[in-house]
Amino acid sequence: MTNSWTDIKNTDLIVVMGGNAAEAHPCGFKWVTEAKAQRGAKLIVVDPRFTRTASVSDFYAPIRQGTDIAFLLGVIRYCIENDKVQHDYVRLFTNAPYIVKEGFGYQDGLFTGYDEAKRDYDRSTWEYELGADGYVQVDETLQHPRCVYQLLKQHIAAYTPEMVERICGTPKDKYLTICKMIAECSARDKTMTSMYALGWTQHSKGSQNIRAMAMLQLLLGNIGVRGGGMNALRGHSNIQGLTDIGLMSNLLPGYLTLGTDKEVDFATYMSTRGFKPLRPNQMSYWQNYKKFMVSFLKSMWGKAATPENDFAYQWLPKLDVPGYDMLRYFDMMYQGKVNGYFCQGFNPLLSLSNRGKVTQALSKLKFLVSMDPLQTETARFWKDEGVHNDVKPESIQTEVFELPTTCFAEDEGSLVNSGRWLQWHWPGQEPPGEAKADTWIMAQLFQRLRALYEKEGGAFPDPIVNLHWPYRLADDPQPDEMAKEMNGYVVSTVTDPVDPSKMLLEKGKQIDTFGQLRDDGSTACGCWIYSGSWTERGNMMARRDTSDPANTGAYSNWAFAWPANRRILYNRASADIDGKPWDPSRKLIEWNGTAWTGFDVPDIAPNAKPQDVGPFIMNPEGTARLFARGMMKDGPFPAHYEPFESPVTNVMAPKIRGNPAARIFPADLAALGTSDKFPYAATSYRLTEHFHFWTKHSHTNAVLQPEFFVEISEQLAAEKNIQKGGWVKVSSNRGSVYAKAVVTKRIKPLKCDGKTVHVVGIPLHWGFTGAARKGFGPNSLTPVVGDANIETPEFKAFLVNVEPSNGPAVS
Amino acid sequence: MLHELSRRQFLKAAGAGLGGSAVAALGFGGAEEALAQAVRPFKLARTTETRNTCPYCSVACGVIMYSLGDKSKNAHPAVVHIEGDPDHPTNRGTLCPKGSALLDFVHSETRTKVPQYRGPGEKAFRQISWDEALDRIARLMKDDRDKNFVATNQDGTTVNRWLTTGFLAASATTNETAFLTYKVVRSTGILAFDNQARV
Repeated sequence: MTNSWTDIKNTDLIVVMGGNAAEAHPCGFKWVTEAKAQRGAKLIVVDPRFTRTASVSDFYAPIRQGTDIAFLLGVIRYCIENDKVQHDYVRLFTNAPYIVKEGFGYQDGLFTGYDEAKRDYDRSTWEYELGADGYVQVDETLQHPRCVYQLLKQHIAAYTPEMVERICGTPKDKYLTICKMIAECSARDKTMTSMYALGWTQHSKGSQNIRAMAMLQLLLGNIGVRGGGMNALRGHSNIQGLTDIGLMSNLLPGYLTLGTDKEVDFATYMSTRGFKPLRPNQMSYWQNYKKFMVSFLKSMWGKAATPENDFAYQWLPKLDVPGYDMLRYFDMMYQGKVNGYFCQGFNPLLSLSNRGKVTQALSKLKFLVSMDPLQTETARFWKDEGVHNDVKPESIQTEVFELPTTCFAEDEGSLVNSGRWLQWHWPGQEPPGEAKADTWIMAQLFQRLRALYEKEGGAFPDPIVNLHWPYRLADDPQPDEMAKEMNGYVVSTVTDPVDPSKMLLEKGKQIDTFGQLRDDGSTACGCWIYSGSWTERGNMMARRDTSDPANTGAYSNWAFAWPANRRILYNRASADIDGKPWDPSRKLIEWNGTAWTGFDVPDIAPNAKPQDVGPFIMNPEGTARLFARGMMKDGPFPAHYEPFESPVTNVMAPKIRGNPAARIFPADLAALGTSDKFPYAATSYRLTEHFHFWTKHSHTNAVLQPEFFVEISEQLAAEKNIQKGGWVKVSSNRGSVYAKAVVTKRIKPLKCDGKTVHVVGIPLHWGFTGAARKGFGPNSLTPVVGDANIETPEFKAFLVNVEPSNGPAVS
Repeated sequence: MLHELSRRQFLKAAGAGLGGSAVAALGFGGAEEALAQAVRPFKLARTTETRNTCPYCSVACGVIMYSLGDKSKNAHPAVVHIEGDPDHPTNRGTLCPKGSALLDFVHSETRTKVPQYRGPGEKAFRQISWDEALDRIARLMKDDRDKNFVATNQDGTTVNRWLTTGFLAASATTNETAFLTYKVVRSTGILAFDNQARV
């Protein structure tokens, strides 16, 4: 989230697309209710199903899953055509005036530079034209034919209301009503918020779904303001934190990135991470990259990280592919190239696409370690559960360890909520039986591994035997110790270079802010964006001050928000070129002639003049990008592509299947189905009574929603002679499941390009362990293809067939 | 100045009130003492409150856990009740159908309680000790790493990676667990490192 849950109360219009907050995030959704009740805000829901969120909306329109980009580019077209754009904001705070190099173009669904064999682009033409001064050329009048604004107008011209209706199946009158409601938010005193979740991410073009809405929000002037923003409703309590800390193949903590084979030494690695500003006076905050990186390496290897060995840069592994994400790695496992696997609080047998392939992949491991507070299906993938897990244990040679861990009620530490608040929590009881904290398990494993390397030697022991391990109890590090490491501390005293008698940073002290970090090894910091979370003043994440001056919804002294306790990102953009709020009733920060004052920590330096420094400080431009340059794999603008499995062909580019820049492995390509055999458009989702595969272990929730079902329309039920509550068999080209049919008015057939499209809804909460009845989930059916940029699998749009059935017992 | 009654004071007062003064005020004479003895005091009055946040979605509602036991050294606390934290700015005391049933999650019959092991081709888990499990896993890791560690690529460039073992991290562990996990996993050269944000 750029904003926070409590900030939603400040909005005038809430657009829920790609999510179902009333169902999946009920207590956060109360702030929507608050905005509706107190401000008269309106709620729009666009979804294939009439969801619980839709049931309390002011306006609902259906859409076929996987066509959100066409819808949103159509809304952008409407706003530009009807002059509903916040022009000053767009000119000042976006790259609309920037001129793009000659040679860039888009035709037949492809941008310039496409290589079909590689399914990838040469992105060299997706760049700005630079002047002799090294800065981007601009045309403030937005008239230059190659300026971003003109290119955008050209790009979206095809997304007429008629085209949107053809692709999305959204009736034109409903679509235009929504366009009109959204366009009103281009006024300076109106703002809109976008609340989305996995309904946007779980597509082969998920990142571009989100970009399309972000572009619309920028054109309306709604980023950085109270009640505005792009608000990702994250699905789990700490995937924000785990991503912040870089627990992904290609990440280091704080969104630094791992080196590649081509970055043969630290100097080469740093050479592409200089982030020289592209416009005069811009902060381009990543210019401090080296300070964050060296401080991270010091937190990893302490004294062993020295200027002489490039702070142990070479001890980090290097990537030869963009990333060993889960999809790639399970494909390797499926091919027999993997021996060992650890699942820490993760149940891939139910949460990764194409369960049949997951089972086969796990069966090829030598060993699998599950650390979990619950008995997961993954830890039992080898167990014969009849139709619910049809395997032969005797033929599976994998050694499996199930290690019992604590749950939230028994552990201490911080989690990061969707609004980037780091909130500390405390244990209320001891773990059951012999269960242990994950920290204890990781420390025990590490201590044993290090001892083996010290005793026996072996393959490159240096990074293991030198890992910085400063904990009071080496076998049982405590949460406060890791929290302090992540905040950062002073390794050696830093004095003022002008006056060496003056001490700037004292050895051993916690740092206050990432502004204090150094690139010479005198500071260590595990995760620079968390700096300020545990300072010499103590644990800022444990703060419980509920004061909220002027009722802005910021709650600045409750817990800690990264970065720098900033509650609304890009808040500089809430004020005009002179630093006056666009909407005085929604003041966030304001320039008083010498400094920024107000209710939030400004993005830019407190004394940076409003005319000079742009709000988007992480971008070398200082502005936000309507045109993403070469930073997105699949295009500098979003474009409509069908899901890989779609009931219709791409009407804008009939030759293209799926997202042309999305990676797909041969086995997974061969496993795709087509609409002649699998005619119905399926999607997956959560129910409010359940959380993933956890709450089926909770008696109350198992009672509330005991049994797996699928949802279909009355029309489809009649067509296929399916009874309400009767058994059906749902199949894709990868597998099949049995379910009770919920025949509902909440799903209605769509008309897309003259064809009737039936939608099938498949909730995801059942498996074969826990207190609920045994059942299946959508991952028995879904394809393995990820988003082109971040490899999130396409769970939200795939093809199935549905047939009446006698149920699993007799089949 | 207004004296604020803390939640605890209120609970205690309410609990004691039921058992004593309120009944006495009714004036039942000798019977009142017997009755007072029989009234069960409000159970949360003698519990310890602990602040936590809901482990499910990212709204991160504040919760209060009520545990038996006073947190003294040899007392073993057990959570007996969980409710929304009224002071929390986001949820203001409310919880959804998932958060309201957290107690059942904490005390679920299908929680893992002991380390278990399943050997090749076996049909069931059996209990093993922590030492056995951890020693065996460390051995498996080291043998696989020693055998398959890639120090340099074909061009002779230092790459220091280990591709034959991977690690999936969680979605609800703390930042502090995440950082310790990060350090350990990265120090081994593992590249197949991912978390639930992926899916």
